[in-house]
Amino acid sequence: MSKTLNRRDFIKTSSATTVGVATIVSGITLTTFAANANENPVTNEKRWGMLIDTNKLTEVEIDGMVSACQQENGWGSEVHSTGDQKPTWVRKLKVQDKATGKITSLPLMCQHCEEPPCVDVCPTNASMKREDGIVLVDKHLCIGCRYCMMACPYDARSFVHEDLTDQREHMPRGKGTVESCTLCVHKVDNGESPACVASVNSDAVIFGDLYDPKSNINQTLKKVQSAQIRADLDLNTGVRYSGI
Amino acid sequence: MNIRYEEIQGVSLGFYALVAGLGVLILAALGAVFYMEHHGHYVTGMSNRIVWGVPHVFALFLIVAASGALNVASIASVFHKKMYKPLSRLSGLLALALLAGGLMVLVLDLGRPDRLIVAMTEYNFKSIFAWNIILYNGFFVIVAVYLWMMFERRMNKFTSKAGLAAFSWRLILTTGTGSIFGFLVARQAYDAVIMAPMFIIMSFAFGLAFFILILMASYKWTERPLGDAVVNRLGSLLGIFVAAVMYFVAVKHLGNLYLAENAGVENFILFDGGIYTQLFWYGQIILGGLIPMALIYHPALRGNRSTLGLASIFILIGGVIQLYIIIVGGQAYPMEMFPGKEILEGYGGIAAYTPSLPEMMLGVGGIAVALIAVTLLVKFLPFLPESLADEIADPHHKS
Repeated sequence: MSKTLNRRDFIKTSSATTVGVATIVSGITLTTFAANANENPVTNEKRWGMLIDTNKLTEVEIDGMVSACQQENGWGSEVHSTGDQKPTWVRKLKVQDKATGKITSLPLMCQHCEEPPCVDVCPTNASMKREDGIVLVDKHLCIGCRYCMMACPYDARSFVHEDLTDQREHMPRGKGTVESCTLCVHKVDNGESPACVASVNSDAVIFGDLYDPKSNINQTLKKVQSAQIRADLDLNTGVRYSGI
Repeated sequence: MNIRYEEIQGVSLGFYALVAGLGVLILAALGAVFYMEHHGHYVTGMSNRIVWGVPHVFALFLIVAASGALNVASIASVFHKKMYKPLSRLSGLLALALLAGGLMVLVLDLGRPDRLIVAMTEYNFKSIFAWNIILYNGFFVIVAVYLWMMFERRMNKFTSKAGLAAFSWRLILTTGTGSIFGFLVARQAYDAVIMAPMFIIMSFAFGLAFFILILMASYKWTERPLGDAVVNRLGSLLGIFVAAVMYFVAVKHLGNLYLAENAGVENFILFDGGIYTQLFWYGQIILGGLIPMALIYHPALRGNRSTLGLASIFILIGGVIQLYIIIVGGQAYPMEMFPGKEILEGYGGIAAYTPSLPEMMLGVGGIAVALIAVTLLVKFLPFLPESLADEIADPHHKS
């Protein structure tokens, strides 16, 4: 082979291979992150967000949100991981005010910050924010350094500690990479609500476009008092809470 | 005075035993990596709360020590201290070797070490990590060029320029390493700009301790003369560096205690953090700081090489402990997520971490890689002066 392969042939072959590989890789990326890219390109005219009213949301409903997320995205059935090693895309938190003693329960997941620290620290651009504000991990670029987990103020990210079986087709995961709430991007791109939001049968959790003045979430946020967790960090989160 | 450099013979039983011993440690480390990567990180003590464990402790310890090991050469080339000049080659070599060991550990603890090529081709320039990848690679190139200037007689005249470049680069590199933690705004244990200069001064101490141990061991084992002038000078310098580290540690903790937001994590490390508090006071402060200073400065022990060697070993152990407290201790204490509120359920509490054997083997393997690189290279290239006796090494020697 070395006899017949001259420089020109080599360039031809390698360019063809490169184009081929690039096509396949871009195909995979497209199917993973932008289901309906052809019809509705993702732009920064939208900003997806969530408003959680902790006064209305019951503990049972929060548990329901967690299991809806597990069901939808296929995490939580890891066999070897123990305790803190298990992935947690969304969790139920119970906090108590130090002065009044008031106890509040709330679901905590990736807050989809406008200025996400996880994206800033990621060496390979695997942690990224879509134009519409959804923060994701590109599983093809993640090298598993876990720096994003060090940077996240919400402990919202998990590292996959073991081989996985029985994955959801729309949500590829992988041992040795980092993952977190995707705001059910695969559903949002099809015009649906995230699984956790859909599991709540009241208006305790509202999902929508924060920028759209006609959206329920925009109008409600104008009326009620709401807060961001660790607002002092000025990350401008997409997930907001009222009642805490 | 003319310095003659010469390869070591490296044919003795002791030499081969050393190489074989280090080789076994490296093989054990590779075996541990295979085990951890095959099963996944669940076989380690690490978790989603303690995401960086013992491998990062050793990796950062070695990387910090690497930049510090170059100081001896810098003192000669940049600050024109003649006595350090004959030590420059070994200083450059040790710096490269320690960095190689540290990076090996860092890379092999990735979730996907097979994707190293991604880290080399995809850069996010807002990430300190990405900058560090460039800084580490650049360090290899610059120190290699610097060594070449020292080795090649025709290039000797450029040594001080190359030395200045290497010195500047290493300061930036350690600033980058410290900033990995300094910029983590979310975590009360880290968010402090003082991390960067503190890492630089730590590198001075750890790097010089490594250097002194390797210098004394190689001259003893090859039966080459090593005068008191060089050894005592390096020893005094080491004492100053250790004192400087303790100063920075004091400033960091006192500064943090002042902020109510950080009082929790400071109390944890300094007073009620169980193993971390014990490691801090007994390991980092007493074993890694006060005892070495006593061994170095006590009048009865001045010029005693055994106690200087012991002091260096204690400084290195104290250094590993210091990084353990920073990295693991800093993660073990929960983040302040709801100021003014107490988290009853779902998050919080002190995260548990027990280092697993494979993690330890990987970390120790990094040290073995650094040491085997030095051992073999001093055999094949003339890094070591054939004599560092006082009349040769000391420019102010009076016979």
